[in-house]
Amino acid sequence: MRRIAVTVNGERHEAEVEPRDLLVYFLREGLGLTGTVVGCDTSSCGSCTVLVDGESVKSCTVLAVQADGREVTTIEGLATNGRLHPVQQAFHEAHALQCGFCTPGMVLASVSLLAENPSPSDEEIRHALEGNLCRCTGYQNIVKAVKAASAA
Amino acid sequence: MAVTEEKAGAWIGKPVARKEDAKLLTGQSRYVDDLTLPGMVFAAVVRSPFAHARIKRVDVAPALESEGVVAAFTGADLAEDWAATLPCVWLVTEDTKQPMHRPLATDKARYAGDGVAVVLAETRAQAKDAAELVEVDYEPLPAVIDPEEALAEGAPLVHEELEDNRSYTWALKTDNADDVFSSAPVVVKERYRQQRLIPNAIEPRGVLAQYLPAQDEYTLWSATQIPHILRFWLAVTLGIPEARLRVVAPDVGGGFGSKLNVYAEEALALVLARRLGRPVKWTEERSEGYLATSHGRDQWQEIELAADEDGTLRGVRVRLTVGMGAYLQLVGAGTPILGAWVYGGAYDIEAYDFECVGVFTTATPTDAYRGAGRPEATYAIERAMDALARRLDMDPVELRRKNFITEFPKTIASGLEIDSGDFHGALDRALELVDYEGLRREQAERRAAGDGKQLGIGLATYTEMCGLAPSRILGVLLYAAGGWDAATIRCLPTGSVQVFIGTSPHGQGHVTTFSQIVADRLGIPIEQVEVLHGDTSTMQLGLDTYGSRSLAVGGVALYKAADKIVEKSKAVVAHKLEVSPDDLQEEHGRFTVAGTDKAMTVQDAALHAFTAHDLPDGMEPGLEATFVYDPPNFSWPGGAHVAVLEVDTETGEIELRRYVAVDEIGNVVNPTIVDGQVHGGVAQGIGQALFEEAIYDEEGNLTTGSMVSYLVPSAAELIDLELDRVSAPSPTNPMGVKGVGETGAIASPAAVINAVVDALAQFGVTDVEMPAKPERVWRALQEGGAR
Repeated sequence: MRRIAVTVNGERHEAEVEPRDLLVYFLREGLGLTGTVVGCDTSSCGSCTVLVDGESVKSCTVLAVQADGREVTTIEGLATNGRLHPVQQAFHEAHALQCGFCTPGMVLASVSLLAENPSPSDEEIRHALEGNLCRCTGYQNIVKAVKAASAA
Repeated sequence: MAVTEEKAGAWIGKPVARKEDAKLLTGQSRYVDDLTLPGMVFAAVVRSPFAHARIKRVDVAPALESEGVVAAFTGADLAEDWAATLPCVWLVTEDTKQPMHRPLATDKARYAGDGVAVVLAETRAQAKDAAELVEVDYEPLPAVIDPEEALAEGAPLVHEELEDNRSYTWALKTDNADDVFSSAPVVVKERYRQQRLIPNAIEPRGVLAQYLPAQDEYTLWSATQIPHILRFWLAVTLGIPEARLRVVAPDVGGGFGSKLNVYAEEALALVLARRLGRPVKWTEERSEGYLATSHGRDQWQEIELAADEDGTLRGVRVRLTVGMGAYLQLVGAGTPILGAWVYGGAYDIEAYDFECVGVFTTATPTDAYRGAGRPEATYAIERAMDALARRLDMDPVELRRKNFITEFPKTIASGLEIDSGDFHGALDRALELVDYEGLRREQAERRAAGDGKQLGIGLATYTEMCGLAPSRILGVLLYAAGGWDAATIRCLPTGSVQVFIGTSPHGQGHVTTFSQIVADRLGIPIEQVEVLHGDTSTMQLGLDTYGSRSLAVGGVALYKAADKIVEKSKAVVAHKLEVSPDDLQEEHGRFTVAGTDKAMTVQDAALHAFTAHDLPDGMEPGLEATFVYDPPNFSWPGGAHVAVLEVDTETGEIELRRYVAVDEIGNVVNPTIVDGQVHGGVAQGIGQALFEEAIYDEEGNLTTGSMVSYLVPSAAELIDLELDRVSAPSPTNPMGVKGVGETGAIASPAAVINAVVDALAQFGVTDVEMPAKPERVWRALQEGGAR
């Protein structure tokens, strides 16, 4: 077991973890933050995407110990004072989600994209989100939402 | 733009932003794997690595010694726990062979992934580690994956108690079929492959089972599309009173047919929870799901069209050989039959001859996958129509226009009645949107110039039958259940309303759509309409969500329940206002008396019905109504899709350029949600056409065993679609609505592959098998060019 200290959604957590524990299970089962979900076992689908120090990572490919001393943002920490983040709001307005399972990862990957590239083209959005799979929407409204959020 | 107005009035037809979104966008969703119960243990299933193998010995003892392990069982250990086989509800003929299907195999493993043992441990990781310690001695047997090979003499027998691998032969033929085919001057015959597909709902399957011995009470939370059907069949499989079993579908992350089943793990979890006296959770890993969750399609199709020289289509003959996989899953046998009536497409034909053989193979069972039978039918007829157009040297548009059904209702050759449609209108609009003439000119120029990228234009016009279904017809077809659905509206005294629906959404936005129906009909502010679903303890009546039935059946049930609320409210209001009910006018739940300022609402009536201080003599207090709606016909959407793409003749690479979809789906409740359904359906159909295929090797190993090797399209592979609609409201139901969930997946594979073949027609290419990957396109070019 190893002791780690991670700041998640602004709150500092200290915990004992197994060296093999994945960050996603630390978040889900250790902290009860079930908004981050697991969709595959090959880091293909991106459903487990979170931000670590502001950059999007697939939390199923990161060990909990690797998050030691870092800041993690999950979907639960994105809205502030009860107000949706502009990307969340844009997803709602553009109907960019259906079953919602890929949505937390898709939203966080989009937040990360817009931090790097504040006004991406449709083509850039499509390529930036290549690592996040959605089976419901065909991505059209996701692209529309990210575009709308970039203008917000 | 999203509509957020709160005033009473017309809500049907408005693009209301979804009520479901808030929790899904903020991580407050609750999927099965998010749920935890005190004392819960985790299950891991030990699966056969062989496609076909005799099970000589299973020893769970080494697993029992592993850290955290609570128990472990073989199939034999649990043999006495089952009262019946895992179900197939649609044995399509009287003599369909249905082999015994136990949740854990005991004698033989019949596909790679067939469960042979289960291990339970305190943590997920401990269960998984221990499962690897279970020792199984297998005697490998030859595999057979291709359904045609499985029918051949001497093929390995999947079920030794059966004489061969044929499960059934189902046929439908008009008396004139042989005459029409022997006398027709033109007959074209085509052969197509519907590859195996993996549905890939992004939420993996999962279950959580609880048993309370003191009450003899079972609860199952499952990532399922069908909590009600599941409850019924699990009660039968386990031999327990249905009343003691509650099934809950919490938030469910997509289904597409793959969660329309009664799976081994659902039955296992209940039995294990009973044996252990502790809640049991099982969550599928993705690569495990690729083996253990039903696949789609897997058909060989032969289609013949009989026509006159002028292009008049006279008859359609179809022969299907369909892989069932190792067992008959819930509707596996019936899935190809759901297409059996519509291989004539949108065309007026006189003769029909359809035959389908269902075949056991040593592969993962197939079952419904978005469209279920109808994408296959549409693909075959639309590809064959293009082949006929080439034979007759006609434009494919002209050929289609010549043969469209134009008058409704229309009894089609296969015997069903299409209630309404507008095929000409849909095709005209699609061609206008895409600028068909302009594209044909560009194509001619590029052909003449010998351009390295050739333009392909592909059409698919379609009709399909969904909204399953009239119960009497289902009975005739030997389906083991009805096709009705139910809704209850409970008007609470303080003005808000609870709606209980028997459909079970997993992304379709039922809460919003059904809120709109109630807000519109009863004048209840939309935010005061609460829609409850997916729990057999809150809504006992229901037949769940599949086959584009939720609005066309469940939505209509709700609409008619609202009628009953209006009717009773009217009596309450008339009594209160001391007028005759005939003097009341009603609009959006507001009652007025002509020539006076007297007015009351359904909400007012709800309070009076609750206090019951002043109701008409003999009236039952309370304002609540249930309607169970059995649709008198299937739902018949239709439309025309056009795909435009470029094929690189050097590399075989395809670039989608445009996709236009004009659908005829009757009246629309929420156009934004409907567009989303079309987007997703078309995306899955494009996936089938260009990217997706489950591939087995000769030993029966699934070589596309993870999301790395099975290509689910990402945003980078897809394009923005251009959508429009024409409308021919359904006369079958009072809302004029039709189903839409599957239309995109039904039309798009044909449109895309017709475009690929069209791009390469000048090189003699007449077929490119799905998925049209670059290598396959390139080979077709080499072979076509050599002709």
